[in-house]
Amino acid sequence: MFRNVAELVELAEAKNCKISDIMIEQEMEITGRTKDEILSQMDRNLKVMEEAVERGITQDVRSHSGLTGGDALLLQNYMKSGKSLSGEFMLDAVSKAIATNEVNAAMGTICATPTAGSAGVVPGVLFALKEKLNPTREQMVAFLFASGAFGFVVANNASISGAAGGCQAEVGSATGMAAAAIVELAGGTPSQSAEAMAIALKNMLGLVCDPVAGLVEVPCVKRNAMGASNAIVAADMALAGIKSRIPCDEVIDAMYKIGQTMPTALKETAQGGLAATPTGRELEAKIFGIALNKK
Amino acid sequence: MKYKSVFDIIGPVMIGPSSSHTAGAARIGRVARDLFGRKPAYAHISFYGSFAKTYRGHGTDVAIVGGILDFDTFDTRIVDALSLAKEQDIEIKMTEEDAITDHPNTARIVLGDEHGKIELVGISIGGGKIEITELNGFDLQLSGEHPALLIVHNDRYGAIAGVANVLAKHQINIGHMRVSRKEKGQEALMIIEVDQNVDQVLVEEIEALPIVQQVVKINE
Repeated sequence: MFRNVAELVELAEAKNCKISDIMIEQEMEITGRTKDEILSQMDRNLKVMEEAVERGITQDVRSHSGLTGGDALLLQNYMKSGKSLSGEFMLDAVSKAIATNEVNAAMGTICATPTAGSAGVVPGVLFALKEKLNPTREQMVAFLFASGAFGFVVANNASISGAAGGCQAEVGSATGMAAAAIVELAGGTPSQSAEAMAIALKNMLGLVCDPVAGLVEVPCVKRNAMGASNAIVAADMALAGIKSRIPCDEVIDAMYKIGQTMPTALKETAQGGLAATPTGRELEAKIFGIALNKK
Repeated sequence: MKYKSVFDIIGPVMIGPSSSHTAGAARIGRVARDLFGRKPAYAHISFYGSFAKTYRGHGTDVAIVGGILDFDTFDTRIVDALSLAKEQDIEIKMTEEDAITDHPNTARIVLGDEHGKIELVGISIGGGKIEITELNGFDLQLSGEHPALLIVHNDRYGAIAGVANVLAKHQINIGHMRVSRKEKGQEALMIIEVDQNVDQVLVEEIEALPIVQQVVKINE
């Protein structure tokens, strides 16, 4: 059983296999279930992700509060104009990340990766890669095991809860997980996956959880969008051979400690940050139909 | 390690918008329902920390009631849980508490009817994963990942041996076990996490032991 990223990479290198294989093996060991059962459960999760992405990029999904919805569709239409600056692949990933979170905000069905508030990053990137690299269904399932392996380390050694560690623990973790999995799918090595995770998570450190009105909408949806783009750039950097000066496990540990020292007002309590801006407060009052001075 | 399975990370499949505040809340509600074992006449829910501050925005209220109605995290009926509870004549009361708890996402649930009541405290630790930290005043840790037996018994010699004998006879392996009591010689609680599901016959056999007061099995 791997306890940290260093052990995970070491195991994969010693066995000359992929990170996703190590995760599947460990799951078999811990649960006593067969490989087929485990793969088909992940395939079902993949299907849920696929349906959420599809719904978000084709329908005008709106949340009950009216705060979010329709942006994935706007971005898809903009891409078709051929004028995008950051490129079609990047925007495809971003729009599919947004799509998932818009469906989530509308109380639709999603698969948490690692949480619901950060559920857009991993599928967003994966379904954009589907168009670019033409992976097999098996490779797409493997992508989820690879990202799951890195998320597993973060969850056990730090946190994946916004209430405990801020947004860096949610979208930050998702971004690192996605970056590492992109590297594997693109043919990089296990240690390059770890570098990508480190680079991605470093750029999410300190990110607070400050949802307007306590809803998983503003700024969550757009943070997933930026998480997807961050993951792709970090993966490219790692694939180019760039290394993180701070090893991945130490970045995860830094994230944990930053989360512990982060004030409660910035950890999913809707008391600080964007939630406490004049507009944030106004929206909150409007949504819940309460007078502003009560807050 | 708190998270054991890759599906704790890539999962659960759930109704949005929050894994900790919606899916986790539904799971806490459902464990309470499992422990109570039947439809309650009333449910009193107290929210602490981040739950107290943001429960309406996250749908924590509908999710926890959905769990009490025995819905899973992906059950779309969660969205209408409050009105469904009303239809079923379950009285729901919710309170926002100011007290500081160890974990920011904490809920206390009291379920009851004319035959009895249970009270539990659950925490949602992230990604939909929960722990039950207190039951009827006993401290406990229950991951919710394995089938478990909760046995209320007299704090006397032979209790553990009696229960272990029944489990051994049915070839049930104990994965994790804890015994706690409020006061020496009074009521005690045995928490046994097992690898396989247990038959009702076995539950009845344990219940028949003179030293045992009540047996509840959960998480099948």
